Order: sequence, then C-alpha cells, then structure tokens
Amino acid sequence: MTLRDGRGATSPSTGSGHRSGQAGSSATASEDALAAARKPRRYGGWYVAEHRFRVMRAYLQTVLATGIGSPVLYLFAMGVGLGSLISHNMGDQAMNGVSYLTFVAPALLATAAMTAASEEFTYPIMLGFKWNPTFFGMNASPIAAGQIIDGVVIFVIARLLGTCILYYAFMLLFGAVPSVWGFVAIVVAVLTGIAFGAPLMAYVATLEQDTGQIAMLMRFVLLPLSLFSGTFFPLTAMPIYLQWIGWISPLWHGTQLARVFAYGLAEPLWLTIVHAVYLFALLAVGWLLAKRIAARRLNK
Amino acid sequence: MPEPVIIARDLVKKYKEFAAVAGISFEVAPGESFGLLGPNGAGKSTTMRMVGAVSTRTSGDLSILGLDPNGYGPEIRSQLGVVPQSDNLDAELRVRDNLIVYGRYFGLPMRHVRTRADELLEFAQLSDKAKSKVDDLSGGMKRRLTIARALINDPRILLLDEPTTGLDPQARHILWDRLFRLKEQGTTLVLTTHYMDEAEQLCDRLVVVDKGTIMAEGSPASLIRDYSSREVLEVRFGSERNAQVATQLDGVGERVEVLPDRILIYTDNGERELVKLTERGLEPITSLVRRSSLEDVFLRLTGRSLIE
Repeated sequence: MTLRDGRGATSPSTGSGHRSGQAGSSATASEDALAAARKPRRYGGWYVAEHRFRVMRAYLQTVLATGIGSPVLYLFAMGVGLGSLISHNMGDQAMNGVSYLTFVAPALLATAAMTAASEEFTYPIMLGFKWNPTFFGMNASPIAAGQIIDGVVIFVIARLLGTCILYYAFMLLFGAVPSVWGFVAIVVAVLTGIAFGAPLMAYVATLEQDTGQIAMLMRFVLLPLSLFSGTFFPLTAMPIYLQWIGWISPLWHGTQLARVFAYGLAEPLWLTIVHAVYLFALLAVGWLLAKRIAARRLNK
Repeated sequence: MPEPVIIARDLVKKYKEFAAVAGISFEVAPGESFGLLGPNGAGKSTTMRMVGAVSTRTSGDLSILGLDPNGYGPEIRSQLGVVPQSDNLDAELRVRDNLIVYGRYFGLPMRHVRTRADELLEFAQLSDKAKSKVDDLSGGMKRRLTIARALINDPRILLLDEPTTGLDPQARHILWDRLFRLKEQGTTLVLTTHYMDEAEQLCDRLVVVDKGTIMAEGSPASLIRDYSSREVLEVRFGSERNAQVATQLDGVGERVEVLPDRILIYTDNGERELVKLTERGLEPITSLVRRSSLEDVFLRLTGRSLIE
C-alpha cells in the first residue's frame, strides 16, 4: 500500500447517524443507547449464529463431503457388509426381530451427529477464545458472553439438522427404516449431538492452552463411547462391568431412543423417558455452564 | 460546558490482591480527544476495558453516556467503537465480510451494513482489498480495518488501545491522519498510548498514568510547561563516565537527570548550558538540544522513562 494523501477519501459518516460533537445532552445519548441495544439484547445469539454460517461457507465442501460420504460408507460397510454376514449366520431377524442394518442405522445416525458436534464444539471454541479471539471482538459490540454461546449452539443445531436429514435420506435409500415415525430419529440424533457437545464446549471454554487435551478427548472419550454405547451390538452383549459406560453415555441413550422411533425397539416406557431426560439434562447443564464460563472468561 | 460522556470516579480494578487500576478519576467531554499516557502495565488497557463495558470494576463510579456499565453493558457498547490493543479481526472471513458481520452484531439491517462497509473501506483506504483474506493484509492495513470495523455502528465514542503500537512510521502517519479526520468530525476519541508523539498529535487533553494512578492531567502543552523546562540538552559521555560527570554539574541547568546512556539537562536555553559544560572542560561525545516532550514530563513524574 502506498502512502496516499487524504484527498478523495470519503468521510466515514455520510448521512446517517449522530455525532457526539453535535449531540445534545447525555439524556438523548442514553435514550439512543437504550433503543440501539434492544435488538442485540433480543437477537444477539442469532447474530452470532449468522457469523458461524458465514464462516462455514469456507469449509462447506468438507461438510458436504462428510455429510454424504459417511452415511454411504458406514451404511454400506456396517449395514450391508457386516449385516449380510450376520443375516447369513443368524437370519434376517437376528437383532431382536430386526435385521442388522435396521438395528445399526439409528446408531450410526446418532454417532454421526455426535462426531460432527465434537468438531463444532471444540476447535471453534478454542479459536474464539484464544487462537483468533473473535469472541472478545463480539463482546466489545452489544453481544453478551452468554449470547456467543447461544449462537454457537443455535448454529450447531442447524448444522446437525442438515447432516442428520442427509443421513436419514440415505437410511431410507438403504431401506433401513421400517417405522413411519422414523423421522423423529433425526431430532433424537441432533439432541444426542448437542447433549454430548454442550458439556464438551463448557470444558473447552476453560482451556487456556490446547496442549493436546482436545485430541485426547477425541481418542479416549469419543472413540470409546462410540464403541461401547450399544452402537454395533446391544449393550447387554457386553460383560456387566463394561455396561456402565453405556449408562452414562449420551450416545447410548440417544441411540436407544432413536431405535424406539426408527423400528419400535421394545423397552419399558420409563427407560425411554430416562433417555430423553438424561439427554436434555446434559444439554441444559453443559449449556448453562458454558455460558457462565464464557462470561467469566471475557470479563477480564 | 456540555455534559461529559464519560465520568470515572475512584475507579478501581483488582485482580486478587493486585490493583491494576488503583483509584482513577477523569471526565471526557463530547467531541474531546482524550488520552491515557503511561508505560506498559500502568493500567491503561484495564481502564479502557472498564470504559468499554466489558470488564466489571471492583469499586468506584463509572458512567458512560449517563449509563452504568454494570447494568447497561449492551446499551453502552451499542454506542462505542472499540479498537483493541491486539487485532481480533476474523481471519476466517474476508476483509469486507469482517465489517458486515460486525455490523450485524449491532442489529443493523443487512442493506445498511453493506453500504456502510463500502464507505468505511474507502475511508480506511482498503477498497481494493475488500475481497482479500485478513491474513494477507499488512499490520497497518489490519489496524485500519479494525478502525473501520469500530466505526460500523457510527459510534459516539471511539476507544483506541495503543492504536499504532508495532506499526512502521509510514503506517502510523496514515493512521494518525485517519484518526485526525474523525476528530475533526467531532467523534469523541479516547486512546491509550505509550508514545508521547502520538499523544501530542492526537490528544486535546491527557492523563499520565503510572501504577494504576493518575500522576498528572492537562493538555500536552500545559503538562510540558508545568512539569518540564522549555528545552532539554542531551549529552553523552559514554556509559562509563556519565555518572561521574553528573557530580560535576552543579549550577548547570534547572534540573539534571542521569540515565544509563545519557544525561538530560533541563533548561530554557540548551545552547547556553552546552557552552557552560565546555567551559568546565567537559567535552561530551555527542550533544543535542531539543524541545521538552511528554517523555520528559513522564520522567519527571515517575523517575522512569516511558519505554524501558
């Protein structure tokens, strides 16, 4: 950039707005302030979500590629590949009356949501607080700390909804959903994702440095959860001393709930209610905690 | 006099036992350009964050545009433009999108924000960079973009924390020119700096801050008049001899400051004092007569230089 003199540069305040120099008393100033903050106070979270969408445009291709690639691959490998082996040996109704594909598909759906959530609730949070501290920039505008967290959650819900609808479409294509209520599994999967992700977000918000904690979480929490949550085989097939992993796992609760809707998994009503309550509780606790941590962290 | 837009009384911010700001009081009038001058760690940035309604004060009173930041953070911030010490532009977005997204945080309609973004890119001399990635901008351009972003809501008060730190002289002058234009239009500017030339260029009035308290207040010219002499004679005798020579300077100048690398002699006539030195047989390696600056004011007030 060369040094230009100012001629020809326009004024930044053409027309609209007020200038404090000419502004009247501070009474009008505070009235203006009260009026101007009304929308951000109400919709701040949505503005933050809007920001996330704009950022996502840059990696939309990756989102689409995994959004299409992973259902095709997993449904094919697990449902059709492993599924035909199981059907061959144990018949078409091997899994308590349904095929292996039908059994595994809702679990894969919930797992996909959880995986996407674990991306969106970790690195972008670290980024906003630390690596490229845009959260501090947002907070310098009328946006409050809690609204930043709300915005992230709103965005992730939308992103998961997209991912899960796509996944579900492939499940239909593979003939993996017998029940007409199957579509509710989409909502259940989204809930599973954010129920797992919200506490994760709260934890990441406390990190001053990422010295590998996030990668460790992926390896030692996310991966075991997806293996031991009744995903590929029923929880009861495991020895009792491993089953507790499922009981605390949002993925197990989400998967079972999704199965109830996808093919009418038979389980006591109270257990179905427990699944839903557990997921909502995790979400609420994680979300509120994240808001408090963010408020503390931005108020330096 | 019109009502002040900022009133701070006995403002304190403590981190555990440490008081980063230890009782600061000042007022800023609308349209005024007000500076906080002090070394790193003086409490300037902390004060700015409290004024910016993002950091809760420990005690004292604070009113911005007649509102208390404790209850009216979003309201106050809707009327501010903030240029933080380290740029927090969004590296994931392009230059123009940074402005647009930021405008949306204020709840401004998309159409308005788009036009405003283009005006501001023009003002910041970045129109040809609208589609660039933020990371491809130079330090000076990033700073100008941050200032443009801070103006997206047409703020009543612009807060600038160390606006030109880390910039080369040319980039600083471009920036000062832009800030000067805002000042001419009547925008209230509040800025922190540890450069006295910046304070002299931009501030109508300033406070000298050290260790969380205000040491002095006034216009740059009045501070120099009150706390320093008209001229300063700077002499160097080599780091070995400076201290030794200093003992032989009785009767030279109004006041003498011995720094590790040089001796400062405060006087209303530097040339005259230089002659006195040579008459005593003291031949400095180098000598320089200059006008007093805010640096000298700071040295006088604290016994330390601004940039250490």
